[in-house]
Amino acid sequence: MSLDAATVRRIASLARIGVGEDEIEGLRTQLNSILGWIEQLNEVDVTGIAPLTGAAQMALKMRDDVVTDGGDPDGVLANAPERAGDFFVVPKVVE
Amino acid sequence: MLTDLTLAVARAGLARRDFSATELTQAHVDAVEALNPTLNALITVTADQALAQARAADAALASGDDRPLLGLPLAIKDLFCTKGVRTTAGSRILGPFVPPYESTVTANLLRDGAVFLGKANLDEFAMGSSNMTSAYGAVVNPWKRRQDADAVLVPGGSSGGSAAAVAGRIALGATGTDTGGSIRQPASFCGIAGIKPTYGRCSRWGIVAFASSLDQAGPFARTVEDCAILLRSMAGHDPKDSTSADRPVPDFAAACARGVRGLRIGVPREYRADGMPGEIEALWQQGLAWLRAEGAEIVDVSLPHTKYGLATYYIVAPAEASSNLARYDGVRFGLRADGGDLRELYEHTRAEGFGEEVRRRVLIGTYVLSAGYYDAYYLRAQKVRALILRDFTDAFAQVDALLTPTAPSAAFAQGENMDDPVAMYLNDVFTVPASMAGVPAMSVPAGLDGNGLPLGLQIIGRPFDEETVFAVAAAIERAAGFDALPAIRPGAVAAE
Amino acid sequence: MDAGTGYTIEGASGTWEVVIGLEVHAQVISNAKLFSGAATAFGAAPNTQVSFIDAAFPGMLPVINRECVAQAVRTGLGLAAQINLVSRFDRKNYFYADLPAGYQISQYEHPIVGQGTIEIELDGGITKSIGITRLHLEQDAGKSLHDQHPSKSYIDLNRAGVALMEIVSEPDLRSPEEAGAYLRKLRTILRYLGTCDGNMEEGSMRADVNVSVRRPGEGFRTRCEVKNVNSVRFVMQAVEAEARRQIAVWEEGGTVEQETRLYDVARGVTRSMRSKEDAHDYRYFPDPDLLPLVLEQGWVDALAAGLPELPDAKKRRLMARHGLSAYDAGVLVAEQATADFYERLAAGRDAKLAANWMLGDFFAALNRTGRTISDPPVSAAQLGALLDLIADATINGRIAKEVFEAMVETGDDPAAIIDARGLRQVTDTGAIDAAVAAVLAANADKVADYRGGKEKLFGFFVGQVMKAMAGKGNPALVNDVLRRHLAGGG
Ligand SMILES: [Mg+2]
Ligand SMILES: [Zn+2]
Repeated sequence: MSLDAATVRRIASLARIGVGEDEIEGLRTQLNSILGWIEQLNEVDVTGIAPLTGAAQMALKMRDDVVTDGGDPDGVLANAPERAGDFFVVPKVVE
Repeated sequence: MLTDLTLAVARAGLARRDFSATELTQAHVDAVEALNPTLNALITVTADQALAQARAADAALASGDDRPLLGLPLAIKDLFCTKGVRTTAGSRILGPFVPPYESTVTANLLRDGAVFLGKANLDEFAMGSSNMTSAYGAVVNPWKRRQDADAVLVPGGSSGGSAAAVAGRIALGATGTDTGGSIRQPASFCGIAGIKPTYGRCSRWGIVAFASSLDQAGPFARTVEDCAILLRSMAGHDPKDSTSADRPVPDFAAACARGVRGLRIGVPREYRADGMPGEIEALWQQGLAWLRAEGAEIVDVSLPHTKYGLATYYIVAPAEASSNLARYDGVRFGLRADGGDLRELYEHTRAEGFGEEVRRRVLIGTYVLSAGYYDAYYLRAQKVRALILRDFTDAFAQVDALLTPTAPSAAFAQGENMDDPVAMYLNDVFTVPASMAGVPAMSVPAGLDGNGLPLGLQIIGRPFDEETVFAVAAAIERAAGFDALPAIRPGAVAAE
Repeated sequence: MDAGTGYTIEGASGTWEVVIGLEVHAQVISNAKLFSGAATAFGAAPNTQVSFIDAAFPGMLPVINRECVAQAVRTGLGLAAQINLVSRFDRKNYFYADLPAGYQISQYEHPIVGQGTIEIELDGGITKSIGITRLHLEQDAGKSLHDQHPSKSYIDLNRAGVALMEIVSEPDLRSPEEAGAYLRKLRTILRYLGTCDGNMEEGSMRADVNVSVRRPGEGFRTRCEVKNVNSVRFVMQAVEAEARRQIAVWEEGGTVEQETRLYDVARGVTRSMRSKEDAHDYRYFPDPDLLPLVLEQGWVDALAAGLPELPDAKKRRLMARHGLSAYDAGVLVAEQATADFYERLAAGRDAKLAANWMLGDFFAALNRTGRTISDPPVSAAQLGALLDLIADATINGRIAKEVFEAMVETGDDPAAIIDARGLRQVTDTGAIDAAVAAVLAANADKVADYRGGKEKLFGFFVGQVMKAMAGKGNPALVNDVLRRHLAGGG
């Protein structure tokens, strides 16, 4: 599979990374070189193999339903690039 | 010089009051001041905090406190969130971010009395093998080539600042994180020891995530025993991390003295990479000979999917990273680059905030997860990952540990290997498989190449059997008698 | 599938059927959030119920809340659904201002609950089985406020990370009425289970409505999803509006595009949603911060044993044990509190009389006074006492209505009212004799007519006697005495 410029634009858009038109071709070449190298995995016979999600081989632990956190809007907002009162602020969103 | 002490020796010296914690820390603060402008190993220096912690340690020592790390100065990879101290992850996008919380691992170190000198430089979001991708400038390896002393060498990555700090003797030890080799490869490049413990041994809570199913914290130090002391403090079950293992933490330092008599050590034949320098092959054989001489049995084993480890890694890690890094969006913390609307704000912030390598990996990760490609890339990679784990499980049915080279080369110079991302990725060819399987692996300095640069050997163990890894590493360390010193170190830099 | 309502829409070119599936987001009742220890209460000050996990700060990790899992399992059991002992959490990746991590933790491939069913009741006593495809656990997003500033949106993350159950139906619904009945029934079940308060105004239950149309007998055509509709009435309106829009598109020779839409309540139309451009590439993958969720059968069994009697079972029991009609039983079980009230009232009494009183005078009084079943003007014990006074002939049914109204007004017990107002029933045959004699004497012509064969006049005489006795005569005795006198007995 080889990426074309439109696909590079689409991925960049999905990932919300602004990419200039002048960068597309360079990115396309680099990504294709990586993906081309990755394609060696097609050699591996994976029939009947269950996918491994992570390295931890256990079941999920559960916590008790107790309120232990929150109540600190200033802490939550202290690093915010823009705030109004106790809200985070972004440019107006149109649904 | 106080900066030349090992952590264990420094601890004994403090206990005997040969010197104070303040003197020990001051010596390291001075070394930081003298050498960090050259090494660029620390992004943020917290000298005042360190000296305050040292004074508190002296008071505690005077009252008979014997916590295991009391008064010992360390460097902390700038991927660990430290309460009230800027944390950058080596990225512009975190900007002025000051965490209101302390990572579990660093909290454990503080609990045991450690002194923090500052935040160590790293590849941006721990993505890299050279430390050239940090937004805060490249880290300089304190070692120099004999033949080409002007060449500026990389310390490896991503925990390059941590490794350079410990090798350059501006810290007694350091924390690192290892996702595909980010502790072991820089340890090898910088001539120090470093261990990636079993996945789940150290809590990931409060560590800026790169690839969650692979990330694991571990220590750097100049000796195997020092790593063991540090890991014992860092490790432990954390209910705040669902992937943290609920297991007791053994006395790793005690395991260093066990020896290797009767152990079966595997030599995976697939690690004989094409084009691997003869010196590395020779060192590997030397390592096996040392272990045999100490009473270990050497056994040939096969890890047939080794060659697919890297490609698998470069699907799994970018996929997880593309999702983990979505939170850097300019809304709640870190850098914001304005835009006319929210989409532009995101796109500008992330274009300005992320460096080239991070952008590349986020794009790859987005692609391999996207509609129509998931099965071909991501799902397939997970299946190959299962095969890689099976390789190790099969091998560990026959042997107690594996010995391999840590990296396919010694430290290279800044600018080398930089044109082709895939060539750079090949640095991790020997370290990635253990990461994929989640098993513990350690690099220990074992010798020098023809240019006088350190080379490491890697010991890989069974899940949660770090003790055997420490036992084997310590045996190699004793046999190797590695005592070479880097060119850049306190007292030596003036002679340069 | 059962008949259902047989609803169709007549387009310009003929008849259309509507096919509806609902995805209901039900907020789980729990103290703390699904993956963090922050509180879930409604209406708190902005960003006061937010942990650094909810705000997706660097290095923060999710840890699952056992009670949220238990609530999902209880709900699954209540929907007669398959409980999956192994399930998994996935990340659904998309960027949005109130989605801090850039992904929602949800369950995509392996949900905690599989297939189940809900019985809905339609007009005319029809019931219909609606398939449940699945139920999964996921996190809620935060809230964007768009009306606080001319060019900015404000973000409150209090809701971010609250546990939701997404309950997905099969496309088995065929009319706005069925959609409404389904939602109401689901809400009833959730409330019985105590797993969701079903409060649509506060957003604790929201529906995504999948609508398509087709010619009778056809397969499915393209559907559109109308997102986040927040009342039963709006769901019913949205179904119709969206169906009519799609019919118009097809009939004009166009093609309905699969997309996400919003229901504009003010204009009564649906419109395309701009913010959902990436809706079809969520890049789901297993969340590497979480491990598979593995439940023990014993734990599930214990939850099953602790479930309350659910509305369908309760209804069947009321019909079988008390002989109530399906309709009456259905009304009584619609709310847990109503059913509880009824069961307290009916215990040890004439169950049908109890049902008649509740469905009649009592409900009318609730309506009139604007009170609710949990805060009624007359308690079950008080109403029960009134029924007892009817049963032991202290008062008759007519007087009972008067006493009940006084109870509603004053809150007093029935016995006190009866005593104070002298409403005790007259069972003294002497007094009844006298009243009957007086009424017959005053209506000699009618007595003659009656005796001549106009037996319908009997009711008239009863009325007159009761009136003369201010309604307090024992009806049975009055009848007896009247018959005796009219038969010429004296
Ligand atoms: Mg939906
Ligand atoms: Zn949902």
